Amino acid sequence: MTAGGMAVPGRPRPGADSGPQSSNLADILERVLDKGIVIVGDVRVNLLDIELLTIKIRLLVASVDKAREIGIDWWEHDPSLSKGSRELAEENRQLLERIRALEARAAARRSRGGEERPKTGRPRGGGDE
Amino acid sequence: MSDTLVYLYAVGRAALRTVVPAGLTGIAGAPVRALVADRLAAVVSSVDALGFGAEALRRNLDDLSWLAATARTHHSVVDAVWRREPVAPLRLGTVYVGDDNVRAMLHEREAAFLALLSRIRGRQEWGVKAFTATDPDVEPDEEGDGAELRPGAAYLQRKREVRDRTSRLRAEVHDAVEDLHRVLATSAQQSRRYVLQDPRLSGHPPNLVLNAAYLVEQATSSAFTSAVDGWRSPYLQVELTGPWAPYSFATLEES
Repeated sequence: MTAGGMAVPGRPRPGADSGPQSSNLADILERVLDKGIVIVGDVRVNLLDIELLTIKIRLLVASVDKAREIGIDWWEHDPSLSKGSRELAEENRQLLERIRALEARAAARRSRGGEERPKTGRPRGGGDE
Repeated sequence: MSDTLVYLYAVGRAALRTVVPAGLTGIAGAPVRALVADRLAAVVSSVDALGFGAEALRRNLDDLSWLAATARTHHSVVDAVWRREPVAPLRLGTVYVGDDNVRAMLHEREAAFLALLSRIRGRQEWGVKAFTATDPDVEPDEEGDGAELRPGAAYLQRKREVRDRTSRLRAEVHDAVEDLHRVLATSAQQSRRYVLQDPRLSGHPPNLVLNAAYLVEQATSSAFTSAVDGWRSPYLQVELTGPWAPYSFATLEES
C-alpha cells in the first residue's frame, strides 16, 4: 500500500487517493481532540480542560465555517486573524446570549399578545356599571 | 540545552519503521521517526519542553491558533503513516520525557496494542453526518381546510394541523436516520454513533440528526461510499468524510 508521491504534511495533496478530501478543520479537531487513544504520558494534561476547549473551538469553527470557506492557511499564517480568534469566540458567546434574551422577550410578547386579544371585544373601562 | 520531550502521534507494528516517509516532518518542523520496542513502534518527533512541558502545554491548548496548527500537523503525520501501514492514532497532546519512557509504555501495553492493531488492520474509518433536509418547525404557507370556519376556530385547527404535521415529520426523519444507519452499519465492520450535543455547544448546525463513524474493510470501501452516495431520502441530506485513520475505533481494551 505504498501510495507513491505522499505529500509533505501541510501541503495540499494533488490528486490524492480516492475519496473526498478530509481536511476540514472542524472534522480534524473532532477526531484529534475527542477520539484516538488516550494515554497519560509523562506530561499530564487535564482532559477536562480539553473538553472545555473543544466546545470553545467548535463554537469558533462553526461560526467561521458558515461565514466563508476557510483555506487551510487561514489559521496558521495570519497572526492578526488568529489573534482575533479568541475575541471572536467571546463575541460568539455574547451573541448567543443576546439571541437567547431576544427570543425570550419575543416569546413573552407573543404570549402577552394572546391574552390581550379577547379583551378587545369588550367595552373598555368599568365606569358605566 | 533544555529537556527534549517526545511527542506521540500513533502506535503501530514494528514494521512501520520502514514506512515512515523520509523527510516527513511533525510539530515545529521536527523530523518524524519510528521508535521501536520489540513488536511495536511509536510514531514520534521531538518537541521542546518550552512548548510541551506541563505548564506550557496547558497554556498552549488555550491558544486557538496554536491548537489548530498542532491539530493539523498531528493529523497529517497520522495520515501519512496510516496510508502505508495500519496505525492506531493517539489523542493530541501525548508527551513523554524520553525515548525510554515511550518504550516502557509500549512494552507494558503490548498485548492491548497488538489486539487493537489486528482489529483495525486493512480497515478505514468513514464519517457520516446526516442533516434534516427540511426544517420540521416551518409552518406550511398554504391552507385549504378550515376556510369555512370562523377565524378563531380556523386558527386553532391550523395550529393543530401544524403540530400533527411536525410530529409526523419528526417520526419520518427519525425512521430515515435509523434506516440509513442500519444500511451503513451492515456494510461496516464496526460503527459508532456520537451523541448529538446541544448545537450551541457542539457547533453543529441544529438540523444535524446523525453523526456516526464506520469502520470499513478497505476492499469494500467503494461499496460503502456508493451506499452513502446512492442513499436517497426526501428527509435527509447526507455528508461523507474520509477515509480517516481509525480514530473513532482506536480504543485499548486493557485486561
